[in-house]
Amino acid sequence: MSDTNTERPAIACKGITKVFGTVVANDSVDLQVKYGEILALLGENGSGKTTLMNMLSGIYHPDGGQILIDGKEVVISSPIDADALGIGMIHQHFKLVEVQSAMENIVLGTKGKLPKTKQLRRDILAISEKFGLEINPDQKIYEMSVSEKQTVEILKVLYRGARILILDEPTAVLTPQETQKLFAILRKMREEGAAVIIITHKLNEVMEISDRVTILRKGKSIDTVITKETSPQKLTELMVGHEVTLEIRRPEYEDPSDLLHVFHLKVDKPDGSAGLKDVNFVLKRGEILGVAGVAGSGQKELCESIAGLIPVKEGAILYEKKDLKGKTPNEIINMGIHMSFVPEDRLGMGLVASMGMVDNMLLKSYKNTKGPFVRRKPARKMAKELVKKLDIKTPSVDMPVRMMSGGNVQKVLLGREIESRPNVLITAYPVRGLDINSSYTIYDLLNQQKQKGVAVMFIGEDLDVLLALSDRIMVLCHGEVTGIVDAKQATKEQIGLMMAGAGEREVMGHE
Amino acid sequence: MSMFVKFLVAAVGSGTPLLFGTLGEIVNEKAGHLNLGVEGMMSLGACAGFMVGYVSDNFLLALLAAFAAGALGGLLYAVLTVTFMADQNVTGLTLTIFGIGLSNFIGIYMLGRSETGSLKLPETITRQMRNIHIPKLSDLPVVGELLFSYNPFVYLGIALAILLAFYFKRTKTGLNVRAIGENPGAAAAAGIPVTKWKYLHLLLGGGICGIGGAYCVMIINGGVWISNSVGGLGWIAVALVIFATWSPAKALFGSLVFGALRVLKYYNFFKLDIPIAIYDMLPFLVTALVLVLTSIRQSREKAQPASCGVNYFREER
Repeated sequence: MSDTNTERPAIACKGITKVFGTVVANDSVDLQVKYGEILALLGENGSGKTTLMNMLSGIYHPDGGQILIDGKEVVISSPIDADALGIGMIHQHFKLVEVQSAMENIVLGTKGKLPKTKQLRRDILAISEKFGLEINPDQKIYEMSVSEKQTVEILKVLYRGARILILDEPTAVLTPQETQKLFAILRKMREEGAAVIIITHKLNEVMEISDRVTILRKGKSIDTVITKETSPQKLTELMVGHEVTLEIRRPEYEDPSDLLHVFHLKVDKPDGSAGLKDVNFVLKRGEILGVAGVAGSGQKELCESIAGLIPVKEGAILYEKKDLKGKTPNEIINMGIHMSFVPEDRLGMGLVASMGMVDNMLLKSYKNTKGPFVRRKPARKMAKELVKKLDIKTPSVDMPVRMMSGGNVQKVLLGREIESRPNVLITAYPVRGLDINSSYTIYDLLNQQKQKGVAVMFIGEDLDVLLALSDRIMVLCHGEVTGIVDAKQATKEQIGLMMAGAGEREVMGHE
Repeated sequence: MSMFVKFLVAAVGSGTPLLFGTLGEIVNEKAGHLNLGVEGMMSLGACAGFMVGYVSDNFLLALLAAFAAGALGGLLYAVLTVTFMADQNVTGLTLTIFGIGLSNFIGIYMLGRSETGSLKLPETITRQMRNIHIPKLSDLPVVGELLFSYNPFVYLGIALAILLAFYFKRTKTGLNVRAIGENPGAAAAAGIPVTKWKYLHLLLGGGICGIGGAYCVMIINGGVWISNSVGGLGWIAVALVIFATWSPAKALFGSLVFGALRVLKYYNFFKLDIPIAIYDMLPFLVTALVLVLTSIRQSREKAQPASCGVNYFREER
């Protein structure tokens, strides 16, 4: 990291083009990063960010254009080449061996003889100190929190002496406090003269951390702007290509009355450990109850136990005055309760990936028809209506849903659930992986349901969205509710502290 | 006492083919491949080792041939599962059927050509693989018999177990291979050539199994060819891998225990009046028990490498 020559770019891409079949993922993209600079790469899903970065880290090959490193043209044909050129990539999904220690993961795949454990530990701690990282080199990965795992990934790259770092959506899995820590590390790297590229679609983070922003749209590099001279509104317009309002509506419902009571709910995970420990809350008609929490804090158990998919160990789930505990989804339906669950795993639990829209509609409705045969006509009609109503892009309602883009799959799933006129709607990460336009369609759909008096539970990850959309926010931490707060009054910092385990009273500072 | 020493010595001898099979399968599984073809690769090794020994009358050549035949079985498995991504279980089972069949076929063909109607290893090689005798050391009471009285296979197996334990624990390649077995995606991202190491270790594991097969026919059967000479030992080896918790060093202990179970019937220590068949059943019974017990015990480090049974495809994300 001694090269502090700020004139010559560390990496320069000129006219990079990559084609997959008939899809142009990157269309003559230009990009430049200098040493001692943080560049944000901003773009919607499918705009070609990850494709571009995969070419820099040697996973894909560009079909056209040049990559220059320190002013020299290079060919990066494998991760090993990228390594040798000083490029380090921190993947969104961690590439770590769970049963090995941090130290072993860091040294994995490096050249030369295995260093003595003592020496290795000392080297790693020295790097950690230099960049302000906290790590226990002997800890096993599976014992680590998400943020600690990310630290290991960063150390892996630094240990190899990378001077160009690429981070793919690094904050997606972090609490706001952990994000701040990561940003402090990135700033430290910038001081040390590293070139940092951070891929993200969170505008506030772009504004906070980056020096410059390169915007990609539909595979083309649209513009590169200096962060200080721009605003989130301008960036969004560049990213989407037209004006959008970044405001999420929060309509009021006239008469919110209690619908679902959850008392002392305890649920175990499949491995026998506690998934939910004593969870109490009320879900009202005509409200959106946001659920915040670091991934794996019990959200999955919460949704699936209410929907009747996994057994409840203790406690009660009362719908009006009827207990749903121990009931199967079918029994719940027969009780006259329309509960809809839009799971996180859309193509696994939500829809049958290899079936078309029509057959997926049938799955929910075939039981209502008499006789041994299924009738496709009503289902086909419904599918066609949904396509029109929700602007779903698909060549045919019979095309397997797995061929659709993430946003369209979510529209199919949510649309089908809404068609069954639910009283309770549980959605887990409904906008994960969706672009801005699709996300706003989903928010609108949820708001419509809320205004009809449906009780909506919204498991989310983006705190800005949760704060803007929900009426109340329930925060989960390690299977416990650390607070249920009014979304109009709470701040992101307060939610973040509760996500890390602080109680509602100490955070909100009142009764 | 002397009876017990004899029992232990016999246990070591009967555990040795299991040791080879177990070590071979451990090498395979460390690279992320659950290879159920151990029995087949052992059979191939048995046939090649015996036939080359029979023709060349040279122990070293026979050993090399056994290793090469086992490795060829491993290569077949590697091409199918690594390159063509065929299902590992099905491929392994097929390899077993293929290996046994081919070795019996060659055996019957050779029997047909022999003048005496039987196949027996010639003089020199029989002498070469006799139990060793080191003057003074081997003559020591008890110790000599327990430590310095075996055929060369036994010492080869023990050395191999220690070498492999060191390899997986202390060398960088060993660390990299373990990473492949756990998470090939992570290994590839760290710049480790996944396919190359998978191939090499599938071949190595197959070769080691092959030597175990040669032991069955050359030592256990006293150098006389019979069909199905491996007789299910390969399956016990697969179970032994679990018993040994994927550790080459513990495979030494495991194969001794299972070896002892197999010879227990000749040493009626407890003067029990039970049918011989019960003894024959013991190794399999213990295997079943071990499978049940190990599935209850939960420890992340002592479990099967996480990617075992799942083929790795780089483009998949």
